[in-house]
Amino acid sequence: MMKFAKTMTSAAALAVVASAAAAADCPVKVGVLHSLSGTMAISETTLKDTMLMLVDQQNAKGGVLGCQIEPVVVDPASDWPLFAEKARELLTTHEVDVIFGNWTSVSRKSVLPVIEELNGLLFYPVQYEGEESSKNVFYTGAAPNQQAIPAVDYFLEELGVEKFALLGTDYVYPRTTNNILEQYLQDNGIAKDDIFVNYTPFGHSDWATIVADVVALGEDGKSVGVISTINGDANIGFYKELAAAGISADDIPVVAFSVGEEELSGLDTTNLVGHLAAWNYFQSAETDVNADFIDAWKEYAGTERVTNDPMEAHYIGFNMWVNAAEAAGSTDVDAVRTAMYGQEFPNLTGGTAVMLPNHHLAKPVLIGEIQDDGQFDIISQTSEVAGDAWTDFLPASAVLKSDWKDLGCGMFNTETNSCVQIKSNY
Amino acid sequence: MMRILLLVLASLCLPFLAHADSLQPILQDHQKVIAKPSRKTVAPALEALVASGLPSIPEFLQTWQDKGVYTRKSDGFFFYGSKSDGAIQFIDIDTGAALTNVDEKAFKQIKPNGGVRKAIAAALVPFGLSDPNLNRRRDAVQAIAQNMTAAQLPQLRASIDGETDPALRARKVQLSNYLAARFDQNPLDRIAAINAMARDLSVEGRAVLSQILETELVVSETLPSTNVAKRLAVGTDLSSEEAYALLVTHQGLPAQLRPNDIRLALEAHIENAQVGGVPIHNLNETEKRLNAYDRLAENNLVPPRITDTDITTALQTYGLYQVYIEPNAEITEAAKAAQTSVQTRVGVNQFFDLSLDAISLASIYFLAAVGLAITFGVMGVINMAHGEFIMMGAYTGYVVQQIVPDYTIALMIAFPLAFFVTFGAGVAMERLVIRWLYNRPLETLLATFGVSIALQQLAKNIFGTQARPLTSPAWLDGAWIINDVVQISYIRIAIFVLALLFLGLLLFILNKTRLGLEVRAVTQNPRMAASMGINPDRIKMMTFGLGSGIAGIAGVAIGLFAKVTSEMGSDYIVQSFMTVVVGGVGNVWGTLAGAVMIGTFQKGVEWLNPSNTLAAQTYMILFIILFIQFRPKGIIALKGRAAGD
Amino acid sequence: MQKSFIAQNPSVLWFLASLGLFTLIVTILSEATGVGLISTSFVKTLGKVLCLCLIAIAMDVIWGYCGILSLGHFAFFGIGGYAVGMWLMYERTENIVLQSLAERSIPPTPDEVTEAIATQIFGVVGSSEFPAIWAFSHSLTLQLFMVILVPGILALVFGWLAFRSRVAGVYLSILTQAMTLALSLYLFQNASGLRGNNGLSGLQNIPGYEAVPQSVISIAFFWASAMALALGYVLFARVLTGKMGSVIRAIRDDEARVRFLGYHVESYKLFVFTLTAVVSGIAGALYYPQAGIINPAEIAPIASIYLAVWVAIGGRGRLYGAVIGTAFVSLLSSWFTGGGAPNVNLSFYTIQWTEWWLVLLGVSFVAVTLFFPGGIGALFDRFKKERS
Repeated sequence: MMKFAKTMTSAAALAVVASAAAAADCPVKVGVLHSLSGTMAISETTLKDTMLMLVDQQNAKGGVLGCQIEPVVVDPASDWPLFAEKARELLTTHEVDVIFGNWTSVSRKSVLPVIEELNGLLFYPVQYEGEESSKNVFYTGAAPNQQAIPAVDYFLEELGVEKFALLGTDYVYPRTTNNILEQYLQDNGIAKDDIFVNYTPFGHSDWATIVADVVALGEDGKSVGVISTINGDANIGFYKELAAAGISADDIPVVAFSVGEEELSGLDTTNLVGHLAAWNYFQSAETDVNADFIDAWKEYAGTERVTNDPMEAHYIGFNMWVNAAEAAGSTDVDAVRTAMYGQEFPNLTGGTAVMLPNHHLAKPVLIGEIQDDGQFDIISQTSEVAGDAWTDFLPASAVLKSDWKDLGCGMFNTETNSCVQIKSNY
Repeated sequence: MMRILLLVLASLCLPFLAHADSLQPILQDHQKVIAKPSRKTVAPALEALVASGLPSIPEFLQTWQDKGVYTRKSDGFFFYGSKSDGAIQFIDIDTGAALTNVDEKAFKQIKPNGGVRKAIAAALVPFGLSDPNLNRRRDAVQAIAQNMTAAQLPQLRASIDGETDPALRARKVQLSNYLAARFDQNPLDRIAAINAMARDLSVEGRAVLSQILETELVVSETLPSTNVAKRLAVGTDLSSEEAYALLVTHQGLPAQLRPNDIRLALEAHIENAQVGGVPIHNLNETEKRLNAYDRLAENNLVPPRITDTDITTALQTYGLYQVYIEPNAEITEAAKAAQTSVQTRVGVNQFFDLSLDAISLASIYFLAAVGLAITFGVMGVINMAHGEFIMMGAYTGYVVQQIVPDYTIALMIAFPLAFFVTFGAGVAMERLVIRWLYNRPLETLLATFGVSIALQQLAKNIFGTQARPLTSPAWLDGAWIINDVVQISYIRIAIFVLALLFLGLLLFILNKTRLGLEVRAVTQNPRMAASMGINPDRIKMMTFGLGSGIAGIAGVAIGLFAKVTSEMGSDYIVQSFMTVVVGGVGNVWGTLAGAVMIGTFQKGVEWLNPSNTLAAQTYMILFIILFIQFRPKGIIALKGRAAGD
Repeated sequence: MQKSFIAQNPSVLWFLASLGLFTLIVTILSEATGVGLISTSFVKTLGKVLCLCLIAIAMDVIWGYCGILSLGHFAFFGIGGYAVGMWLMYERTENIVLQSLAERSIPPTPDEVTEAIATQIFGVVGSSEFPAIWAFSHSLTLQLFMVILVPGILALVFGWLAFRSRVAGVYLSILTQAMTLALSLYLFQNASGLRGNNGLSGLQNIPGYEAVPQSVISIAFFWASAMALALGYVLFARVLTGKMGSVIRAIRDDEARVRFLGYHVESYKLFVFTLTAVVSGIAGALYYPQAGIINPAEIAPIASIYLAVWVAIGGRGRLYGAVIGTAFVSLLSSWFTGGGAPNVNLSFYTIQWTEWWLVLLGVSFVAVTLFFPGGIGALFDRFKKERS
């Protein structure tokens, strides 16, 4: 036991010494904190590959600040406490300059205290529930007003839906998003009785009763729509049941916030044609940069692979970070953060993403219809929408504002004109 | 809609009065709307198109709906485009001539969204109802069902006589009855139509009744003279606070102040570190804040608070009434009666539907658990890798589907193959691991757990972490629809049949064959069985293989209706344990009883609390824990010697 | 009874001595003293391993000595963590809230303070009210009391029900597994009042000690964990010595015979079950402030099965075996999954340990069960025998 512990300590010691020697400017280290095993590996390994590809591409262009970029990949194994531990390891042992990582909100909440304590920098690429703004995190995925609210608007305006079923997996993103949506729908004149909310566990497979419940919602003659925040594998059973019940997108349209190209690759989509998803990116976006990106990805990862929204978020986030580091002339966290505000980078879907002082991006919102080849047909694309850290539709959050550039506060109460807290809420 | 109809009629009478016979100019009049259509803006363009009376209108609308219309970016002209071999062929809308040598990038496809497509479909209704093409007629009828309007009634009625397809004809009659119930001019006809719906369970029918019975809220000091549905009773229908909030919105009464409003009002009136004479540092109690506010109110600095007495008085003064929008009380009464009758039927049918769901869930649990029950019964060991055998079966199905393109044949190969693969795996595991641990049952549990995590990770390494599709053949798509309430997907029926099949098969093997006899003998008393010349080693091996093989088949079945992932086994393993434990060990009937009980219980809780499926699972487990207290050996316990540990 | 407790258990002294030495070495080499050979994150890992060792010896007592394979002890571990976590979250949030409310021109009412704290904590699950189970969260003393009380009572009730109806063997294992599954599913619900899937987070920030760097806090918790492990070790060694210990072992070997001899087997089992549950709760209460976050996934059935795996690999029926097994497997596991192990390149295939570690673990676990039922601890015994 002692002997083993000593080996471990000396190994750790060696690692410390090694990184201390290399702690000079080159190479620039980029931490990749995505689960490579466990339940989230399904989604997150793709993002790890994306990061490695982006780093390769950047290195081929000469790296950053004249240095080559060295990716440091760790595996938090879908274990939330392990995320915090690995983040600390990245920042202290490997001394990375920036971390790209996380998928689930709970893993982000686990990492937050560590990166705030050690003043690290995290780029978080996934659509999330908002209600958070950390000085040390740049949120390159969509906030609710960049995905959920536009999708609901689409339901209300374009499809004329009068009755809503909010179906979600039981965790924080669906819970918070649905809370916001419930309030938003009521503000838009939908009665509380016309909103049906249901939560199911992760990986739920027995959907018959729930689908029947949704169909029965139509019994008062109002047109019904489903807002789905169902996560991951559970979608497969849900869509299969939907198809079996013969519900077409014309009868009851379903808009999903967590179903992208990657998830559809596990499904036969012929019966799902016409159902919707809302994202900031679809592989089917017809731009030249997107075509190049897809080609590069297929070459890097294999021809059968698809691209998706969080990948674009990393693409934008990584390139912005490179540009900010060049602009700041250093990879120092505070310098880069200051240089990040106002950074612009072309989206893969056209238009330009801008980094706002609240650490969110301004990005266009796309709504796509599922096609029989597992891709999305983009039928609606807005102009850039500014991400909002604190939603305007919950009374407690409406008064809050995040502005790290001028106010230096992520949770600023505009009613009392005071900063509620500097550290974020975890 | 009425306008469209009139225009259609007019244009039919005077075909050459409208535009010249080319479509493009009309389209160009509405270029923007057609190129970027929205549900709210598309109506004028549709009206104009229909009004033109051009013979090419239906074709254009249809193509537009099917995303087959393109616009040339340079001048905004519209063309039909059809994709073939990856290239797009552009066709002039009026002449039908193909464009040659064109750059695809100069055109933009027009993609009307779902809402617009519905509007187009509605505009197509008059053309489609009597179209010679059956599918067009179906589409038109479907469009009516999705959006009923008064104007459709005569059109639909007129088309019924000429309808040749019997199914569609019945559908048209049904829809025209719905339309009559809502829109017929003659109240007696409406009532007749409504009465005819008293036995109609369909969601559409229920929707029609609800729409007839639609109400609005009226606040009034006296009983309104209109068709009143009921007066809302404060206290039972809604709380006095909710009622007052309604008075605030409808009657403009002053709103109640929230604590935060009071605080803001106080903050606005701070003078010399005092509010209304109360020092600020004393304002950290609600009572004192209210006092301070009241003092401000006395000085007319702020509006007075709304007290409970104010609310009571207001609620006594005003009544809240739900008033039918339909003025004719006879019609609403008939609809109410029909609705009551329908709702009773719906309730009964929902119970049936829920029972079907419960049976379906039970058959899945049974399939997943029965293999475990056999091995557990015969050998007294728990196989933690049972879930991974399920997964193995599912992946076998997936692999077969990759090789054999025909889903039906693939399935016919997959079932026996999955059985043999997992049978083999089971026998191998029994020979290599379990055999050595027969005297140490708890350690089998752990050793098989080791196998389980290894297999799970292996599956991840081989097939990746992404869920894999296991697609059911087309004849298993869809659902058996008894009526609009009771329906069950064919795939679930297939699983139910499969479960029955295995129940029968197992009962046959156990009760009627030599192997079954020996298995039962070993289950009851291995030593005695051995002295009777039975080789317990072989029996154990065979049973273990059989149990694992069934798990493999269950895997294919579960994969068909849910998903194939490396973790699918662990989703079912605990559930299967529960089923076995509740049912009683070593007994097929016990497993069946356990599965039925757990399935029913879970559906029951789900029904009581439909918005939280997770709670259902929690309560189910608690229920099982308690159940075990009272029947520690399960529902069907073995008696006699076999019951000994 | 003639020999002293230590003389009967020479391993206790050995264990305490090595643990003390280990603690000392880690402390000296840590970043807290400025030497920094052991990073703070590794100190935290070691501290957590010590807590896991504590629950592992509890597991060893209930399984290795008493013969009850509980697959639910992580439920108690989790409850301990939640109990401490509630106070940590409440207190930390209260400080923040009071600070921000103090900037208002009118002092806050108690209601406002409570609501603001609740909004901060439960905002993520869309609530702004304290659930009833948070009633004591303002007091560290009461919550610490809960660390002992809640697992104790749960174990008492569950054990009483189970043992009373003579549920034993594999049945009991599955029942305990059902218990921890039910608890984790319950906690997954937002309505449980413990923030659902989010769990409680930011637990590494100790209220009142915000200024103290994590390097020092980690050492403090490391010490506390070592102390708890030492005390737990002595406590269990004491319980297992003498008549009580003999009865417990006898129940493992032949329960029926012990019952015929007139012992009230159920009471003994219940005592051991409850005592180990309480110790597990304490271990959890020390573990989660070091992990930083607790959520329902932590108490999923798989965690408890792993616990059994550690104990089995370490060697059942020896307290030090459980410690060795836990330390060995969990550290090795983090070494392999952390990318520390070099990939093996077999010309036709490269074995990446992040992918193959679980396969290796599974297979070696089968091997240990089959070929070394005594686990690593048995090697020590052989060594001891050879010397004597």
